[in-house]
Amino acid sequence: MLVAGELAGQIRRRERSAREVVTEALDRVAGGDAAIRAFVRVCADAALAEAEALDRRIAAGEDPGPLAGVPVALKDNLCTKGLETTCGSRILEGWRPPYDATVVERLRSAGAITIGKANMDEFAMGSSTENSAAGPTRNPHDLSRVPGGSSGGSAAAVAAGFVPVALGSDTGGSIRQPAALCGVVGVKPTYGLVSRYGLVAFASSLDQIGPLTASVGDAALVLEVIGGHDPADSTSIDAPVPRLSDAVEAGVEGLRVGVCLELIDGVARDVEARVREAAEALSGAGAKVEDVSIPELRYGLSAYYLIAPAEASSNLARYDGVRYGLRVDAPDAAAMNKATRTAGFGAEVKRRIMLGTYALSAGYYDAYYAQAQRARTLVTRAFDRAYAQVDVLLGATSPTTAFPLGAKVDDPLAMYLSDVCTIPSNLAGHPAMSVPFGTGDDGLPVGVQVLAPALGEKELFRVGGVLESLAPPIALPALGALGSVERT
Amino acid sequence: MTPAAHDSGAWEWVVGLEVHCELQTATKLFCGCRNRFGDEPNTNICPVCLGLPGSLPVLNRQAVELAMRIGAALHCSVRPSIFHRKNYFYPDMPKDYQISQYDEPINVGGFLELPDGSRVGIVRAHLEEDTGKTTHVGGGGRVGSSEYSLVDYNRAGVPLVEIVSEPDIRSAEQARLYVSELRGILVATGASDGRMEEGSMRVDANISVRRVGSEQFGTRCEIKNLNSLRSLGRALEYEARRQIELLEAGETVVQETRHWDEEANRTTAMRSKEEAFDYRYFPEPDLVPLDPDPAWQRAVAASLGPMPADRRARILEVLGGTEASAQRDQVGVVVNQALDDLVLTAVDHGAPGSLALARAANEAAANPEAARRLDPKAFAQLILFEASGKLSSTQSKEVLGELLVRGGGDPEAIARAKGFEALAADALAAVIDEVIKANPAEWDSYLGGNDKVAGALIGKVMAATKGQADGKVVAAELRRLRSSS
Repeated sequence: MLVAGELAGQIRRRERSAREVVTEALDRVAGGDAAIRAFVRVCADAALAEAEALDRRIAAGEDPGPLAGVPVALKDNLCTKGLETTCGSRILEGWRPPYDATVVERLRSAGAITIGKANMDEFAMGSSTENSAAGPTRNPHDLSRVPGGSSGGSAAAVAAGFVPVALGSDTGGSIRQPAALCGVVGVKPTYGLVSRYGLVAFASSLDQIGPLTASVGDAALVLEVIGGHDPADSTSIDAPVPRLSDAVEAGVEGLRVGVCLELIDGVARDVEARVREAAEALSGAGAKVEDVSIPELRYGLSAYYLIAPAEASSNLARYDGVRYGLRVDAPDAAAMNKATRTAGFGAEVKRRIMLGTYALSAGYYDAYYAQAQRARTLVTRAFDRAYAQVDVLLGATSPTTAFPLGAKVDDPLAMYLSDVCTIPSNLAGHPAMSVPFGTGDDGLPVGVQVLAPALGEKELFRVGGVLESLAPPIALPALGALGSVERT
Repeated sequence: MTPAAHDSGAWEWVVGLEVHCELQTATKLFCGCRNRFGDEPNTNICPVCLGLPGSLPVLNRQAVELAMRIGAALHCSVRPSIFHRKNYFYPDMPKDYQISQYDEPINVGGFLELPDGSRVGIVRAHLEEDTGKTTHVGGGGRVGSSEYSLVDYNRAGVPLVEIVSEPDIRSAEQARLYVSELRGILVATGASDGRMEEGSMRVDANISVRRVGSEQFGTRCEIKNLNSLRSLGRALEYEARRQIELLEAGETVVQETRHWDEEANRTTAMRSKEEAFDYRYFPEPDLVPLDPDPAWQRAVAASLGPMPADRRARILEVLGGTEASAQRDQVGVVVNQALDDLVLTAVDHGAPGSLALARAANEAAANPEAARRLDPKAFAQLILFEASGKLSSTQSKEVLGELLVRGGGDPEAIARAKGFEALAADALAAVIDEVIKANPAEWDSYLGGNDKVAGALIGKVMAATKGQADGKVVAAELRRLRSSS
């Protein structure tokens, strides 16, 4: 499959029409998604209409932008005007936002065409996309395995070749971990680089939107389009996005790379091996590689599972049946709230609302929420010290390759550990990327994680570009299982 | 403390007030929706103030500026501050949390000096958003028995400043004075229209009682639903009496929130301390810390006009420093109703201050909105007529009433149209004067003793006044003029 940049180039040069490209994408979804279930909603008519309009603009001599005609999938927690947005939850059934998320507007004005909404763990809470009211998404590399989560639908849509670009959101690893498990590139930008306006909040101080793509170059291209200041998001950084596409080709000569021991200790041996091989590859490309230890990262997981649920308990209060989404009627308002929330939320969401409510309660706040915030500061400072020595850090994205469906659904703590390597970047607000780098003993993709300090996206993409060029090839998903889908 | 010591002596009230004031900004606190009272329900709404999924707040600069104006007028210091979320479920709260300032408010540590010379400390004056408005339909409008409820979100997200006083207030009168003075300050800063009846100012009271001389606070109750100065005073009186009766009977006051029932003239328990909400405050992650630039703070403080106390002093000064308490009250009314200009302009035009003050504080203040639109020069002229005896006080009040109803006009024309004598005679003299000047030969003849020409002169005056003049009065005036010339 062609990467997005090339595809847009062909369409801009009128070598192919957007209509043709979008039609092919829709055909691939129609042929393959019954088995994978990456999409919860496909908007074929709207996508074709947009593609035709785009072709007319090109014919009239206009340049629709760097993503002209590129079909994209949007995680279903990104608001799309008039198109149902449910966050994998029953409680938002039937809700059609009256507005587009800022990233959706920016993609559109760059020429991208949304073909559908991607499946996800309910309200982005999960690491396997099994916590969705729409049912689970399957890993295109092995349909008996999970795609990771919570942006599992986005990762699977790219891995299956349905679309070259998808957007996800990452609160504790929800872009990077599914990217790793599905063998695609996933980037969580610096907190504030991409506007959160129109992203349905899970944990506001941790959430970031980012790309999942088939190539590092595409991730750079997409980030250049969706990034940058947005006055509608008070936490948005008021600075231009650097030229990341150039960084992809810039190499790593002289770059200081630290292999973070805490991000490979305790992960599966085959995963650790790939990280070490990636470090060697970078060294071979001219980077200075050393081991770095940041012991404070071990506080990350516990801090995260207090802060994220605390914010979620407040963010999810608005789903009360009064204004939109599901309403289960009852004699009075309080009973209606309760009945609606009981029926509308899944078990994991309820678990986190209870955890977060408890952590913020009078008498417990200092011991839990405030303490977790102190741990968060500790993690951030520890990163700062490490970045005085090295430019980027390297580690595993996920402790294992994709695990079987159902393997961890009854063991929340085991599921939470899936994010142990990705959470620290969210706590610190730093950018991080998962790049496919070979496979595990089971033949399934392994992702290597690159971490950088705040606004260190350029270094991230320099390393990503080199790793991509030196990575052992990954077998394409077992297409036989998906029917006869043609691949270019 | 022994029971005996506890039982002796008079009781003292300890009252602190929390005043919520809606800010008169063009738009809401966190979005661009119009901030306007009385519009069609649910017309000034957007994804942000409806709390739709994915929407985010952006702080309104004008609201911060008005909050700083209030702070400066109350002698507070501006601090770097943050916003918190106050979490509780209620249908008129779109996000089911309210964005409010909590332990790091924008204004802290001020005071308010009352006209009686007492001083009430200000703990804080912080920013927060208002909720929507619920109307219960059927069942007498009560939530429990209503058939359904309607919610209007026009008010959701309207900026509020909550001003929290120290527990320095000791009487119902002082509480009323505090709210009235605060209201004057809020209006003077341009932050609020100060309308309690429209809910743009809302008061909650915390009250406890203790023996005079005791340093310890008693158990307090919070009273809600105080919609006017009158209900504030009555509620405090009721509640203090209730608490004193409990304590004198050897019982204890339970810390709780109580509701003022205006019709029944009493407070009733709403919820106890144990039933109080746990608001689970935590820092609002969607907003960044607020740290107003010192230059901005200075500019805001410098732009404040005179506060009510300054204005009262100014009026008292032009009155010649009167100490009569009735006049002090009148000055208070004039300043509170922003009618200073009427009095000051009248005095400027040579009118007696005490009379101008009385008319402004009594007749004009009875219709304050019209009075604020009145041309101060017209008011001054009216006061001069009354002072010179051309109008009686009854006539003057009637003309003033007419000026207020019409929204302006010429006091002389109104008085003449009403046929008020002194002014009518004045007007007649002017007409006669004109007739004399226009007919010098006839006038000379009349002066020479020819009474026959009087009829012609009278006829011309009658013509000039379109028959309105009284012929006998004109004849008498002509005779008076002849004898005095």
